[in-house]
Amino acid sequence: MPTLEQRIAGLEAYLNNGDPSASLKNAKGEVPAGLTTPAVGVAGPGHNGFMMICAALVLFMTLPGLALFYGGLVRTKNVLSVMAQCLGIAGLVTILWWAFGYSLVFGKSFQSGVLGGSEFFFMKGVDSAPNTDYSAWVSQNVFSMYQLMFAIITPALMVGAIAERMKFSAVLVFTAVWMFVVYFPLAHMVWGANGMMNGVWNADASIKAIDFAGGTVVHMSSGWSALILCLLVGPRLGFGKTPMPPHSLVLCMIGTGMLWVGWYGFNAGSAVAADGIAANAFTTTTLATGVASFTWAALEYITRGKASVLGFCSGAVAGLVVVTPACGFITPSAAMPLGVLAGLFPFFACTKLKGWLKYDDALDTFGVHAVGGTLGALLSGFMANSSANGNLATNLKALVGNSLWLEQLKAMAVTIALAVVATVVIGFLVKSLVGLRPTVESEQEGLDLGDHGEEGYIFEAKS
Amino acid sequence: MKLITAIIKPFKLEEVKSALAEVGVDGMTVTEVKGFGRQKGHTEVYRGSEYTVDFLPKVKLEVALADAIVARAIDAIVASARTGKIGDGKIFVTPLDEIVRIRTDERGETAL
Repeated sequence: MPTLEQRIAGLEAYLNNGDPSASLKNAKGEVPAGLTTPAVGVAGPGHNGFMMICAALVLFMTLPGLALFYGGLVRTKNVLSVMAQCLGIAGLVTILWWAFGYSLVFGKSFQSGVLGGSEFFFMKGVDSAPNTDYSAWVSQNVFSMYQLMFAIITPALMVGAIAERMKFSAVLVFTAVWMFVVYFPLAHMVWGANGMMNGVWNADASIKAIDFAGGTVVHMSSGWSALILCLLVGPRLGFGKTPMPPHSLVLCMIGTGMLWVGWYGFNAGSAVAADGIAANAFTTTTLATGVASFTWAALEYITRGKASVLGFCSGAVAGLVVVTPACGFITPSAAMPLGVLAGLFPFFACTKLKGWLKYDDALDTFGVHAVGGTLGALLSGFMANSSANGNLATNLKALVGNSLWLEQLKAMAVTIALAVVATVVIGFLVKSLVGLRPTVESEQEGLDLGDHGEEGYIFEAKS
Repeated sequence: MKLITAIIKPFKLEEVKSALAEVGVDGMTVTEVKGFGRQKGHTEVYRGSEYTVDFLPKVKLEVALADAIVARAIDAIVASARTGKIGDGKIFVTPLDEIVRIRTDERGETAL
């Protein structure tokens, strides 16, 4: 029987997001057989409820946030195609995640820093009890669904680079292969309990990097792959000759607002607890995003004399991207300069760099997510502070505030190399299997009709 | 008989309509059109991509008139459609050979 002290300690662990079985352990650090309390092995209602809401918020980022953000930026004839691609990816990745993905990322039976394990294939044993490798208080099925939403939005981000000109079947085949080659391994390396780049939690990590909510895993991987994919697919018909302005900045603005709201689930939720680290991430996310949005629009005002809605929206998304890897590791006062830089660098990537290099990154996945994600990963190395997150004072104590940025550089190099090489190989594979482009007729008519047989806007009854 | 074709700024349509009614014009045809003259178009910028919009929206107003009120009608349009800025539009006056009211088959000025 546990003592009253042990039972109270178990409950107190809930308040601190700690291990409820810690007080039961003997001098050898083991829990004696048969000794337990009601707090062990069950989900904590507050943390669990918070994570279910966060999972829904992250899904809300893709459906309909990203779909509307991207949908508004394309031409009328392709609005449904980007929405269909977001929906198609959501379904496809859900199946992959259930079958293999979750296990390959968060399992550990392979005992590898690169890929997880096979113990959770088909979500075997993933039930409402917590997986204590990742949280003492959040149900493993909730944790798995939360992480699924990240796996959905990452390939969906790439839709922006190849919008209006890659056929639906090619997008799905590319995504299916890319998840296995890039996302599942990378997510395990960075977030898996024994991942080779999980500097915070894995004392044996070969690269002691930090990434709170997915600067490398989500934004750099999708952004750099998007650049390669848009080069492989080639520019849209008439690119540089025909005007291709966004068909509805109203939809784009609505989508941006949803992304911003949903991103609280993404960033604060990455604490995997409703604790002080989540509260700090919520705060830094807000500050950096507001500043970045304002900075982008101010740059427009300075360079062109007008601040645009698309500028405010682009700056907000850039701020969210850059603060993603840093949000749970930096103080609010660091979030302010981070927000300024988040407005500056992606602004120049989208408005200047793209024009100089002439690649057709249709909706600026590279300019915002690759440039922003890379900037955020590096800034995390410089700005991370143990006072913002006590977990930085264990395995990384010697590095934080010192040479952590070098570890970040290594993680960035691994991410870019994996994303670029894999996308080249998968791109050519998909090209030879199903082809990347629709027919010229289909592209001119619009992918809504060509790929999906429907139109986004029908204002008059057809005779 | 004359046909007056006036190209005006869309927001001036109501004023022009009232001004014409005052000089005795009791019918007109209005079309939304696009075009440019000396005003040219404008430039839109989306994340650094510039698009020049050459054709601006205008309203085309067509009125068939008896010779007696043509001069007054033209003055009314000029007075009501003018803002003094470039892009106020133009008025074209062309002779009309015949007018037919379809319902009664009346011809000429009685058909107006």
